[in-house]
Amino acid sequence: MTFFLQQVVNALQWGSFYALIALGYSMVYSVLMLFNFAHGDIFMVGAYMGFFVATGLVTLGAAGVLALPSWLILALTILMAMFLTSLVGMLVERVGYRPLRGAPRASAALTGLMIGIILQTGNLALLGARRQTFPGLIDVTSYKVAGVIVSNKALIIITLSILLTLALHQFVRRTKWGMAMRAMAYDFAVVPLMGVSINTIALLTFGLGSALAAVAGIFFGMAYPVLEPYMGLLVGWKAFVAAILGGRGSVLGAGLAGFLLGFIEIFVAAVFPSTLRDVIAYSIILVILTFRPYGFFGEPYSAQLRL
Amino acid sequence: MSRKPLVAVLALVLLGALVLAGCRPAAEPVIKIGINAELTGDIPKVGEGTKFAAELWLEDINKAGGLEVGGKKYKVVLAIEDNESKAESAAAAQTKLITQDEVLVIVGPQASKQAIPAGEVANNLKTPMISPWSTNPRTTENRPWVFRACFLDPFQGPVIANFVTQEFGFTKAAVLYDIASDYPKGLAEFFKQAWEQLHGPGSVVAFESFTTKDRDFSAQLTKIIASGAEFLFTPQYYDEVPLIVRQARQLGFTKPIVGSDSWGSAELVKLAGRDVVGLFFTTHYAAAGAKGKTKEFIDRYNAKYGYVPDDVGALTWDAMLIVQKAIQDCGQITGDLAKDRQCVRDAMARIKDFEGITGKMTFNEQGDPVKSAVIVRINEQGEFEFYKSVSPTGQ
Repeated sequence: MTFFLQQVVNALQWGSFYALIALGYSMVYSVLMLFNFAHGDIFMVGAYMGFFVATGLVTLGAAGVLALPSWLILALTILMAMFLTSLVGMLVERVGYRPLRGAPRASAALTGLMIGIILQTGNLALLGARRQTFPGLIDVTSYKVAGVIVSNKALIIITLSILLTLALHQFVRRTKWGMAMRAMAYDFAVVPLMGVSINTIALLTFGLGSALAAVAGIFFGMAYPVLEPYMGLLVGWKAFVAAILGGRGSVLGAGLAGFLLGFIEIFVAAVFPSTLRDVIAYSIILVILTFRPYGFFGEPYSAQLRL
Repeated sequence: MSRKPLVAVLALVLLGALVLAGCRPAAEPVIKIGINAELTGDIPKVGEGTKFAAELWLEDINKAGGLEVGGKKYKVVLAIEDNESKAESAAAAQTKLITQDEVLVIVGPQASKQAIPAGEVANNLKTPMISPWSTNPRTTENRPWVFRACFLDPFQGPVIANFVTQEFGFTKAAVLYDIASDYPKGLAEFFKQAWEQLHGPGSVVAFESFTTKDRDFSAQLTKIIASGAEFLFTPQYYDEVPLIVRQARQLGFTKPIVGSDSWGSAELVKLAGRDVVGLFFTTHYAAAGAKGKTKEFIDRYNAKYGYVPDDVGALTWDAMLIVQKAIQDCGQITGDLAKDRQCVRDAMARIKDFEGITGKMTFNEQGDPVKSAVIVRINEQGEFEFYKSVSPTGQ
């Protein structure tokens, strides 16, 4: 039982990253009908932004210039990295996707792949192949509850990921901007005729998604403190799977699917030899898609969408 | 649409090709040595150490006015190729060095994942190659053209098993390794074999794996903790060890974690910090407390590049000197590449009692040196401190 509960905690933490990244994939896919394959690398950019801000603040603190409590450093790191990364995301939209608005879908998908490669190799060229260590922002304490070990770090990661997913859901449902996004997802062609600027909504979508990817990047850096330029590749692909699995137009679906992916991966590794993890995990997902081709909460494109 | 731009581009490309083809260098008395290194990818620090050690060696050669072979001095040129820490790129880089750069002999790649496929290429194309750091048997197995400068995993596995048994008196072991990489997979299996020989079948209570690039090991580590193992052996590279150790500690695993020669990177302590203090691993040489020629190399390297060289640097240095000795023993450079390569290979195979900075080496018929292993403890200062030496004869 303890073993099982421990794996639940492990799965929640691992699923958090998929969920946060999947939100960005899902929004772009829903609103603009394109796969932003650079999103995994935006996540990498977010981790590095967090790394720079955090290292800067920690250095300032150590030099005695600006001594801040560690929780404030963490909060500032998250906020500043979100802001900086959303700028990068919007730049990607402006430079990479807007010129191709009328182009075939395949070209836009290609743009994503190419921007991803540019971000990876650009990082490599700028910072070199050296690994960076993400600073330990908070003192890690582990709590033992009924034999299950949970660190304060894991608690922060899991709670904030769930809260951000819910917050995004509310944003999309309750605000005017959210309504514009939902309308755009409903009918890409007519909405601009109603005076909603497609370019503004596209920027907003990319900005929001990138900000969430930055949070994922910082959390990832806190949990797995070795940063490298290709860190977004595999996680990005898997989060993309989660976004599709969640269903087009569903924020909650993408979040849930992210956590589900975490659970499947962790529990397959816990029960079967860990070698077979991805084979079994992704076979399960293939089966789910066979029965639910539109994902959990997605519906055929003609029907009402509930972003 | 006009076709003209396309035609113009094609013409330019053709022109460029012609120009390039025209400037093939005239035959000069130059010895070209290929370096196939992990400069980018998962283990860039390994590639850096390779490059730095090789360049340090070249400095000596240049200072002496070239490499003297049979009474004649030759200028030495290094052709350095990046294999991106990938198996397929390592084979491609090897092919390029052999066929395009026309090198006489190749040093590298370092990690077995790259050295095994690159060794295949070198052997097929009849070019002598020496891998300084690859410990997997398959690198040199049935390949007369491939050598190495380090001990092998079938030796390293039992060394670790014996050391842990004698030092701690443990009987239950756990292993966590990357199944997609030749070196960890091979060593994990050799260790398991040796451990079960000592403590009976089933004494490796958890044998868990993951795949390259994985960052989360919580599922496997939770299994390992539940298995009741007394220590964890993880033969991983320096970019994974910090993550494994930290996650294990955070999940409440307080028992010893033991490593292998892949831990011995200058980068390990930088990435892992205090988490690895007090842990043991097997390696090729210990930098802290070194003497004689070894210390001389360490001091020169440290002065030039600003950090203490890891085992890769030291082994590469030895490999360069082995290459130098083989070329000099060969006696002459005829300019006929196939003949010269054969001559260097034969000379290398004949090397006996070579005094390297990582120990004394004599190649056996497989091209593997017979040499000792060192057990190192990571001390409070984060240095790799000599703890014990284990020779291949008489454990």
